[in-house]
Amino acid sequence: MAVNDIPALQPPARAPLASRMLGHRLFRPLAALAVLLLIDFLLIPGFFHLEVRDGHLYGALVDIVNRAAPLMLAAIGMTLVIATRGIDISVGAVVALSGTVASMLIGGTMVMQDGVPVYLADTPMLVAIAAALGAALLCGLWNGALVAGLGLQPIVATLILMVAGRGLAQLLTDGQIVTVYYQPYFFLGSGYLFGLPFALFVVAVVFGVTALLLRHTALGLFIQAVGINPVAARLAGIRTAALIVFVYVFAATCAGMAGLLISSNVKSADANNAGLMLELDAILAVTLGGTSLAGGKFSLAGSLVGALIIQTLTYTIYSLGVPPEVNMVVKSVVVFLVCISQSDQFRQLWQRRRA
Amino acid sequence: MNVRVLAKAPSFTSLVTVALLVAMLLVGGALYDGFLSLQVLLNLLIDNAFLLVIAIGMGFVILSGGIDLSVGAVLALATMIAAWLLQVAHWPPLAVIAFVLLLGAGFGAGMGAIIHYFRLQPFIVTLAGMFLARGLCYLISIESITIDDPLFVAMSQTQLPFFGGFLSPGALIALGMLGLAIWLAHYSGFGRAVYAIGGNETSAAMMGLAVGRTKVLVYALSSFCAALAGVLFAFYMLSGYGLHAQGTELDAIAAVVIGGTLLTGGYGYVAGALSGVLVLGTIQTLIAFDGTLSSWWTRIVIGGLLFVFCVVQRVMAFGKK
Repeated sequence: MAVNDIPALQPPARAPLASRMLGHRLFRPLAALAVLLLIDFLLIPGFFHLEVRDGHLYGALVDIVNRAAPLMLAAIGMTLVIATRGIDISVGAVVALSGTVASMLIGGTMVMQDGVPVYLADTPMLVAIAAALGAALLCGLWNGALVAGLGLQPIVATLILMVAGRGLAQLLTDGQIVTVYYQPYFFLGSGYLFGLPFALFVVAVVFGVTALLLRHTALGLFIQAVGINPVAARLAGIRTAALIVFVYVFAATCAGMAGLLISSNVKSADANNAGLMLELDAILAVTLGGTSLAGGKFSLAGSLVGALIIQTLTYTIYSLGVPPEVNMVVKSVVVFLVCISQSDQFRQLWQRRRA
Repeated sequence: MNVRVLAKAPSFTSLVTVALLVAMLLVGGALYDGFLSLQVLLNLLIDNAFLLVIAIGMGFVILSGGIDLSVGAVLALATMIAAWLLQVAHWPPLAVIAFVLLLGAGFGAGMGAIIHYFRLQPFIVTLAGMFLARGLCYLISIESITIDDPLFVAMSQTQLPFFGGFLSPGALIALGMLGLAIWLAHYSGFGRAVYAIGGNETSAAMMGLAVGRTKVLVYALSSFCAALAGVLFAFYMLSGYGLHAQGTELDAIAAVVIGGTLLTGGYGYVAGALSGVLVLGTIQTLIAFDGTLSSWWTRIVIGGLLFVFCVVQRVMAFGKK
């Protein structure tokens, strides 16, 4: 890095605005999102229509952003893991586990108050949420310990929790779907604050705190260093093991929050199906956002855009009346294309052709 | 040979697995009447024939230092295409089987080529392959397609006598595949190249081995095995369905690891797949015999076993240094 800094001592000739925009790492994801939105604008009537009803903002755009919230949370966590050359495929299992814990603790008992049935929480909601996030945190500690402590490959280390996590959640619920009756809990996933979905504020706070941590402390630099060369980072005095554990704990906690949003939105916890394949979508969102799977180069904002691209794509496919099953084929083709276009070999081919 | 020498021998985890299998069978026999009958053991093979075939293919991939997450989806796609060709297009059954197997090999070769020539990580490419294969299933049909072709029905109902018990044709095919794979891994140039690449890809290339061709072939073999497993699964279930065999890739990886193959590649036995699959099958049978334990215990126990074996592998690796 230091070598690259030297020419910067003289003020560099500023590239023209257009080429700087084209070269920006967010350009490609944003362009992809713009193209998708343009298609929606042309094909779906009233796509950009927003209206205020009962003091809430309604419309397709709000719907997309709201539904993308759990994925955005999972993607923020996944970004840091992938930035350290790791991968976390236990995200879906953690979502199921945290949603189950929260739903079971809250439950809801019907009590008659002045002749009106009112549901009371079995456990105070804050305690239940803390317990759910605590469970997620433990999952992250487990993953981190396996990766950093035992030195297992991340995909195998997190595979263990992916297999066993859902089993544990089913064990807790005895295989049943747990229904929640306690009203205030629903606010998390389907409530509105200042006319916007509450889930959005959760995402905004998590994103803001993470971005601040990465930019204004050395954390971002350390993560990048570990991703670029773990051995060199350790020799340079970075506590690599602690950092890796932190990253997995952070990812699992994000997944835990996603689990709360999902279970609150559907007012129940389904240990078998909650967050199914969410890990794949999260990896896809991170990749689409321009984070390199080889570690080191990452973009938090890019991952959010990636999550929005995926959700917009899903929405488009549904509203165009295309069978939703096509979604998987489209997603897989997108992953192939993005990965191939990121690879050095492809770039060399491309440059040779141009030269 | 004393215990310390034995524990340091490279085949130690494979031996542990066989011991574990015997112990589990004996415990089962002590706890439940009729557990230790020949037919229960043969049923282990019959019910897990498809998993054995997948684990064989996965074994080669992991030996070469890669991973293949698409096998469960390729299995489902194979059952789906076979069912559609039989029931809707009315192809002759043998042509259907040949076509499905070829298609599987082609699918894997494509993924292998992308992994090798663009230097991408195997897990992301095969993850995309998994999406693609499952998606293609649903493009053919969202519903399950029932197969009533005479050959497939005959295959599912035939009972071949075997020392007083019986085996299904599918189980025999799986055992045949295992024999072929053992020959391929330990007595052919291809096998030696796979081990060499798993040990160290750069030095394999410097030795003049055809790294690219071998890697493409490894993934082709894995998908071919998955397609063959799909055919066996279709014999077994007599239907094609996009939701068939969800999560099988994880069972296959677990079977390979439990069978004593190092996840970092380069070390292990293809035959370990058999002991790994039988251990997984025995866990399921034990849980079924118990009757009070619910099905999710299977997943928890498999996760736990996977953990224990990974730890043992790591501890042994540290011991070597």
